[in-house]
Amino acid sequence: MNQYKLTHLELLETEAIHVMREVAAEFERPTLMFSGGKDSIVMLRLAEKAFRPARIPFPLLNVDTGHNFPELNEFRDRRAKELGAKLIIRTVEDALAKGIATQVPGEISRNRLQIPTLLAAIEEFQFDAAIGGARRDEEKARAKERFFSFRDEFGQWEPKKQRPELWNIYNGRLLPGQNMRVFPLSNWTETDVWEYIAQENLELPHIYFAHEREVVRRKGQWLPVNDLQPPKEGEEVKTLRVRVRTIGDIMTTGCIESDATEITDILAEVASARVTERGGRADDKVSESSMEDRKREGYF
Amino acid sequence: MRFTTAGSVDDGKSTLIGRLLHDSKSIFEDQWESLERSADLAGGTEVNLANLTDGLRSEREQGITIDVAYRYFATPRRKFIIADTPGHVQYTRNMVTGASTANMALVLIDARNGVVEQSKRHAYISSLLGIPHMTVCINKMDLVDYNEERFREIREAFYAFIPRLDIRDISFIPISALKGDNVVTESANMPWYHGPTLLSHLEDVYIASDWNLKDFRMPVQYVIRPHTDEHHDYRGFAGQITGGTLKVGDQIGVLPSGDRSTVKSIRTHNGPSEEAFCPQSISLELEHNIDVSRGDTLTSFDNLPYTTQDHDAHLCWMHEKPLQLGKKYLIKHGSRITKVVFRELVNKIDVHTLEEVHEPIGMGLNDIGRVRFKSMGALVYDAYKKNRYVGGFVIIDEASNDTLAAGMLRSPDKPQPVPDFTDYVI
Repeated sequence: MNQYKLTHLELLETEAIHVMREVAAEFERPTLMFSGGKDSIVMLRLAEKAFRPARIPFPLLNVDTGHNFPELNEFRDRRAKELGAKLIIRTVEDALAKGIATQVPGEISRNRLQIPTLLAAIEEFQFDAAIGGARRDEEKARAKERFFSFRDEFGQWEPKKQRPELWNIYNGRLLPGQNMRVFPLSNWTETDVWEYIAQENLELPHIYFAHEREVVRRKGQWLPVNDLQPPKEGEEVKTLRVRVRTIGDIMTTGCIESDATEITDILAEVASARVTERGGRADDKVSESSMEDRKREGYF
Repeated sequence: MRFTTAGSVDDGKSTLIGRLLHDSKSIFEDQWESLERSADLAGGTEVNLANLTDGLRSEREQGITIDVAYRYFATPRRKFIIADTPGHVQYTRNMVTGASTANMALVLIDARNGVVEQSKRHAYISSLLGIPHMTVCINKMDLVDYNEERFREIREAFYAFIPRLDIRDISFIPISALKGDNVVTESANMPWYHGPTLLSHLEDVYIASDWNLKDFRMPVQYVIRPHTDEHHDYRGFAGQITGGTLKVGDQIGVLPSGDRSTVKSIRTHNGPSEEAFCPQSISLELEHNIDVSRGDTLTSFDNLPYTTQDHDAHLCWMHEKPLQLGKKYLIKHGSRITKVVFRELVNKIDVHTLEEVHEPIGMGLNDIGRVRFKSMGALVYDAYKKNRYVGGFVIIDEASNDTLAAGMLRSPDKPQPVPDFTDYVI
């Protein structure tokens, strides 16, 4: 009977596929959030596996902050085309122009501005479920997240309103206006994601691998220099061999010095890493509860 | 490997998890800095390992864990998922939730207090939810001078209570989460203990047999229809196998309809395959063009599941709105949603004494009891004791859609008729 055994990664995969199919079966208008980042690339593969030989039965959605890494956008568009999937893009720029989102003076990152943009997109397309790549190991407030994360009419996450999830049974029932964020990768860790990328031989945007880039040192991080983020006075621009570990807003995503050019190098790096993945993202450092607060407002 | 931790408020549960993460080098520098920052602010000198797990602001404010929190760590030998559940009686529902998918229950006992009501409750719930392995950690051994007698006393007291439970495998480990004795490294303070440390025990427990590989069961979750020229007539019945194994060419039955057919092809996560097994998410094609849709169960012919509308189950109520007999609720069991009416509340478990209370008045939040109910459509199931993934269900409120309760089906009292299977004639 010994051959009837799944590895940890296979168990995570089987669970995620089950969740994807449950979404397809129970919701009228689901969407899959696809940014071109590593977690969403893994999700896309799981969705392919869940429904083949049929096509992925939902459109892809990306909230473009206007602060995305250009390499990421190029990758996102190309992958959607290859899969023949419908890709919906809604921009923060547009949301600002329409007054859906408003900038707070001094706010550099557009992370928070994604929230109203996303909520408006959900309303525009009447999505009742949005599948996201968030993982419970990313952040403390995420550790209590459900696979099916219930959001009220205002898109808000209320910890006390979350539904108990037992065995492999998920309650996806909604009243009009409410929606669900669904996280098939809930139980995956950063290492699991990289191992899966290696196992499935998934293509990634090249910024995940070591490359030469102009960076400046700010608040203990190497931040990429670009048109949006010119160096401040007194800051020394350095050209370093770096890569990104997680991709967020280009203004706040720190690069790490690295020589990792292959997935195996990255796996070794992740295994010996001494800071968390999101440790390089200033958006989480605002306060101890910043993730919790953003989630309450409708962040994914 | 998934395990739950359960402990009373001051048993040092969060400290133990912090210790496991810390000593297995799963805590990162920025998490540690954040802990140190909190310790500074609180005016304390020692980092509070419990702050690693208490993620929500209201939890930190109240110094308690409210919801199930999931933690992840890995050693070179195994990966672990911890469902960290609060020990308080008002959070029984979270214990039940965490227990539903666990391979092992970690029950924590304060060596000074011995086996208290809460430790018994945790053991009881773990047994009711069918967690295959249990490890009892007798914690705070440093506060009883690492005394072997004390350890033995507590173990005896726990053994005296075990006959009332249904536990397959149990171990006892004396530890100090705060000082690190026997958590990851062997304790020099307890030379009388010759067993493994907690971590090496977690790494070694054999869990592959925790799944039921005997009787094939698969609730049909979704029907894959590509509508392409290449796969014109393709109908792939997709679902997660909740029991047993399956091969191409196997005869399978469809319940509750009673149709039968033969497996034509199987597709697993690795593509086309000759066989599949629990708990893989697969899709399969059948030889015959019969009516199969979401909510149906595919089954092997040995040891058929029950197919009935009258049910007997343990129920854990998880909502402020109490159970109403005679009212219609929704049930989600496997991939099937139908209506149910609760007819009789047989008994309720007194969560303090764990005695059965007969003819109870009602059932409310965090109550556990036995009920009889009828479903509008037939449910296809095995007793929960035999297979957790085939015998578990949730109850949903028809108006608000809130999940109200979780249940574990029991074998029906009366002998069940064997369903008639129609041979498909070509």
